[in-house]
Amino acid sequence: MGRKILLAHDHVPGIQGYEVYRKQGGYNSVEKAIKTMSPEAVVEEVKKSGLRGRGGAGFPTGMKWSFLAKPEGVPRYIVCNADESEPGTFKDRYLMSRIPHILVEGMITSSFALGVNTAYIYIRGEYFYIVNILEKAIEEAYANGWLGKNILGSGYNLDLYVQVGAGAYICGEETALLESLEGKRGNPRIKPPFPAIAGLYGCPTVVNNVETLAAVPFIVNEGGDAYANVGIGKSAGTKLISASGHINKPGVYEIEMGITVEDFIYSEEYCGGISNGKKLKAVVAGGSSVPILPADKILNLANGEKRLMSYESLADGGFGGGTMLGSGGFIVMDEDTSIVENLFTFARFYHHESCGQCSPCREGTAWMEKILHKMIDGHATLEDIDLLWEIQAKIEGNTICPLGDAAAWPVASAIRHFRGEFEEYVKNPKAINKVTRMAV
Amino acid sequence: MSDIKFSEDTLAVAKKIMARYPEGKHKSALIPLLHLAQAEFDGWLSPAAMDYVASLLNIQNIEAYEVASFYSMFNLQPFGKCMIEVCRTSSCWLRGANEVIAHIEKKLGIKEGETTADGMFTLKAVECLGSCGTAPMMMIGAQFHENLTHDKVDAIIDSCKQEGKRKTYLDNVVVDKY
Repeated sequence: MGRKILLAHDHVPGIQGYEVYRKQGGYNSVEKAIKTMSPEAVVEEVKKSGLRGRGGAGFPTGMKWSFLAKPEGVPRYIVCNADESEPGTFKDRYLMSRIPHILVEGMITSSFALGVNTAYIYIRGEYFYIVNILEKAIEEAYANGWLGKNILGSGYNLDLYVQVGAGAYICGEETALLESLEGKRGNPRIKPPFPAIAGLYGCPTVVNNVETLAAVPFIVNEGGDAYANVGIGKSAGTKLISASGHINKPGVYEIEMGITVEDFIYSEEYCGGISNGKKLKAVVAGGSSVPILPADKILNLANGEKRLMSYESLADGGFGGGTMLGSGGFIVMDEDTSIVENLFTFARFYHHESCGQCSPCREGTAWMEKILHKMIDGHATLEDIDLLWEIQAKIEGNTICPLGDAAAWPVASAIRHFRGEFEEYVKNPKAINKVTRMAV
Repeated sequence: MSDIKFSEDTLAVAKKIMARYPEGKHKSALIPLLHLAQAEFDGWLSPAAMDYVASLLNIQNIEAYEVASFYSMFNLQPFGKCMIEVCRTSSCWLRGANEVIAHIEKKLGIKEGETTADGMFTLKAVECLGSCGTAPMMMIGAQFHENLTHDKVDAIIDSCKQEGKRKTYLDNVVVDKY
């Protein structure tokens, strides 16, 4: 069994409630930080740990924290990004509903480190039932003196609230999230200024993913070095992987970074192999936005070595031959899967979720969906494949936020690695539709 | 101004939510309050309902309209008592979401996007709901229904029909798997 940090106590009955969580060492990091450490020392440990943002971008958390401006007399905020909407990703949902206190604890310790007195958890509207779970956990934390005024008699005050969204993928982008939290449409802001300088209500703000904040208690309790020792190289620690698609055991797995992709897909400890004894065709390794890779490329690097579950190894080969760890949304497709039809579901998704602010994304995502729709309807020509390629290339890098890139990459990678299948599909769409006839 | 108004209980909840934000930043309560309004006023946001929320927050009506029209969980027209939202994005599609949609269409005698004649059900195909590991899935009100089979779908729809109650996102539900 690999090392568990976030889900170490997942199997303990009643871990959702305060008493059991506390008995397992819960809230020790708050006690340690407030009673024995300076805020700067906590930031230092997080820097040392090598923890990187678990929402998808993988930016070093300690560095993000150190950018936070601290002008005198201006409030600062921490906002937890619980908007988890990247197709294929359901790890934050798992963590928040199973062990809600680990997020609450992580937010208190992080807030202390950054001198924050008000923090918000922004959660996607579709997770309404988790709002109840989180609010109960927060209530318990207040009742036991971990939140509110004068925490542990230190004079430090913190209020924590849950804010619910209303169905918009774009609100996972941190500036769109802040707009939404201010009661507006989720249109991303132009950066700079970055939220660390001007975020929520124009005040310095840190936005961190659920999984990122939940790793902070371990780092404070055990030290940054202990966390850095888990994992491999610059991929420190563990990662929650959401495994879905054609596998025997879909679910959320906490892996120590550095295990092989092959082990993750085929071992009984994780996905348990491809369902129905089929062969592996392709994997989207880090949520819908990252490049899709065919079986040989996801399992092995160009030099023949096995590919690992880490930021660096998954990215090996660049966009031509590699992909990204992203959010850890690991979607597995068997040999019967139509890459064209799967891509259509992604293209439809991005078109639906584009906020409409930038023309290349608003118009481009619509055209990509239309062309793929045309392919599935059996009316496309070979030129449409080139057109699809051209459109994605014109979106990438030409938008305010990364949604444009996220919409372009799946299209580019599918054509790059499966061009032959696109050509076959265009020539004879009915023959390809072996398994699922799309109801479009 | 119409006579649309929150009940005393809901108004108390709204006031509590409005107090979560710094002074002068109560517009932050707009999305939570629109959720309250939608759940209380028959599952959709009429112009009168949005105007009422705007008046509580002391903002322009159009500020409520522009937000309500942006987010996919807000309905700007009436729909059935139970909105069946079936996820159709990649992971759910890989595991048979289209068959689930086709099955419900046949069972209820409506097409995706339509409402049954008795006003009980609306069928809507939606984008990823974060339930990829338990695909295929659908959501009715706040309840996630996962690892769907045709039999399971039938049982869920039949029980909704028997209950005959409106399901909202604010229903207090327990999801057993996660």
